[in-house]
Amino acid sequence: MTATSGVATGEAARAQTPQQPRRKSLHAGEGRRGLLLVTPTIILLAVVIGYPIVRGVVMSFQKDPGFNRATGTFEGGGFAGFQNYTRFLFNQCPTATGGTIKCPPGRIETLFWPSVWNTILFTVITVAIEVVLGLAFALVMNGSFRGRGLLRASVLVPWSIPTAVTAKLWFFIFAYAGIANAALHTNILWTAAEWPSRFAVIIADVWKTTPFMALLILAGLQIIPDEIYEAARVDGAGAWQRFTQITLPLVRPALMVAVLFRTLDVLRIYDLPQILTGGGGGTNGHATTTLSILVVDQIKQGFNRAAALSTMTFLLIFFVAFLFVKFLGANVIQTQQTQRGGKI
Amino acid sequence: MINRRKGVAAVAVVGAAVLLAACGGSSGSSGGGSSSQAAAGAARGPITYVQGKDNSNTVRPLLDKWNAAHPNEKVTFKEQSDQADQQHDDLVQHFQAKDPNYDVASVDVIWTAEFAAKGWLQPLEGQYAIDTAALLKPTVESATFNGKLYVAPVTSDGGLLYYRKDLVPTPPKTWDEMMTDCSIAKKNGIDCYAGQFAQYEGLTVNAAEAINTAGGKIVAADGSPTIDSPESVKGLQRLADAYKNGDIPKQAITFQEEQGRMQFEAGKLLFLRNWPYVYSLATKDATSKVKGKFAVAPLPGDSASKPGASSLGGHNAAISQYSAHKLTALDFLKFLESPDTQRFLLTQASNAPALASLYDDPALNKQFGYLSTLKTSISNAVPRPVTPFYPAVTKAIEQNSYAAIQGAKTPEQAIKDIQAAIAAQGS
Repeated sequence: MTATSGVATGEAARAQTPQQPRRKSLHAGEGRRGLLLVTPTIILLAVVIGYPIVRGVVMSFQKDPGFNRATGTFEGGGFAGFQNYTRFLFNQCPTATGGTIKCPPGRIETLFWPSVWNTILFTVITVAIEVVLGLAFALVMNGSFRGRGLLRASVLVPWSIPTAVTAKLWFFIFAYAGIANAALHTNILWTAAEWPSRFAVIIADVWKTTPFMALLILAGLQIIPDEIYEAARVDGAGAWQRFTQITLPLVRPALMVAVLFRTLDVLRIYDLPQILTGGGGGTNGHATTTLSILVVDQIKQGFNRAAALSTMTFLLIFFVAFLFVKFLGANVIQTQQTQRGGKI
Repeated sequence: MINRRKGVAAVAVVGAAVLLAACGGSSGSSGGGSSSQAAAGAARGPITYVQGKDNSNTVRPLLDKWNAAHPNEKVTFKEQSDQADQQHDDLVQHFQAKDPNYDVASVDVIWTAEFAAKGWLQPLEGQYAIDTAALLKPTVESATFNGKLYVAPVTSDGGLLYYRKDLVPTPPKTWDEMMTDCSIAKKNGIDCYAGQFAQYEGLTVNAAEAINTAGGKIVAADGSPTIDSPESVKGLQRLADAYKNGDIPKQAITFQEEQGRMQFEAGKLLFLRNWPYVYSLATKDATSKVKGKFAVAPLPGDSASKPGASSLGGHNAAISQYSAHKLTALDFLKFLESPDTQRFLLTQASNAPALASLYDDPALNKQFGYLSTLKTSISNAVPRPVTPFYPAVTKAIEQNSYAAIQGAKTPEQAIKDIQAAIAAQGS
């Protein structure tokens, strides 16, 4: 093998393995049987996933019941149009007389855009840190040395602890009288000041999920054949050149998949900030409130508005996933097929 | 051909199994109630009592006692989690589904208005009336919504001022006196005062106490906001000023009940506002440095003549509108309020009973040193805003008080914003 680039190696590998004839269309009998076998699952998915989504969207166009002071009961509801969406997007609360006013501080509507901003901030920072750290861990774990198995298992420990327990542990670490302040000789209010509380959440999240990233990237690293590195070494490439010219391009598919998973996870994050800081921090008390925390708070105050918030969260995440797959090449299925076939 | 028929048959069987599994589970659980729904409401029969986690093992002995006396009207215990939010959501789910299996529910005082306004509770009037004369007045107020009694008060709770009697022999009677006593704290190198100021329900409790003590009122009887008044501003200003000049330490903004208790037990606080449960822990904890050095007093008031207005805690018992055996449920409510049961709740679980006479009992006072102070506290207590929009109202109070205490906005602005936020509700 004289190939020194990934593309050339792939072609060579493909030439050597026997090709399966690609089916352009489903063979009549097999295709129909396959469809019938899949039908129960599709029905189950439709009931468990499809129906709630559709119901949620329908609910988001209904008004929450209003309170009738004369009778002392809740009544009404009815069609709300896009009101449940505009009240969050534009911070306009409807009044009893039919107009709208700017929502007063203390209402959940005022927290929508800050939560979106917090969620995106968490996503960008945690994923960036996790990529760097995860790649570093994966490179170390990829080497062969004694105790490699033990290292790989122990790296997984933070990931295996339930998130609620992790959050509570870090809550005690970041308490005012806790270890963090003692070790750093500081008096930082980790759960109450604006940026310290955000960094508390980021640190806890990075600690917990870097192993996950590291393992996904490790899977991608292990497929790269050693011959390429040897050939590069023979050709006189330095360590950094080997890293940027061979490792990074070849691990890119697996890396993109890992980044996609993590990004979608952090956009939906609820348990860690809720238990660690309660969504609080900063002088308005909402420096670490994410979209999911806002949805749960809204559920207590009105289901239909919560459905609208939830739908907007869903659309945001869907949009981000779409961007990833379309433009950044995070092709989950292709990567799995490629890995299974041993092709690069 | 044969393969295909087998395939279709297999699919049909699997599909049927999935559907049956989905439907069968739900019909099994509601089958029990349907037979007795025929004579809905007026019948007697077995009931279910729903309450959060029974940490002190009070419910099972009580139910054993009742079941022995009423073999045909047995009570089953449905135990929920020990998280208040999860208990609330569990009740909401079952009431919304009109579940006849939840007959009597233990309802936190702040949920009463919400559940009553949604029509889930049987009003305690007419044939369901109970006698409330022997109960502490504020507990009955918290059980009333829109002029009707909806729930039966069972346990209560009030805030107490814990203080270091070795450093401050006579407890302060007013807020200003307490702030003057802070010089003693400075002299001994400890912090002066803390309550619960993290952004959660406890902050609403503390802010409401400050506002109500100064003479403000958060909502009127019909739920409309009345908080915008000079008295409310005076109350909130007290907290903001104390935080600014360090009488409330900076880290108190992260305190819930437990953090404050640990600081007090470590000897680092002169005054602590907390619930009665701290009393026995501070006396018995091995790590408590204040054993025998602390005492309790009613919350400091606006003037020496009247103690501070504590926020009311506690749980009430409610009859579900969808119960099939409401008369049995009513008798069970009366059983929960009977003197024997109330005494048992106090001695077994250190709950504050709703029955007023128990607080004057000399034997109980010897056993629970805080009892008479607690009676004063509850007698002067003001319920938190009685409104069906309690989750939204408490959020508005929390967020604005949090900002005001830290100095991010003036107390005047904070009070105005709370008023506007509550007024914007209902639409």
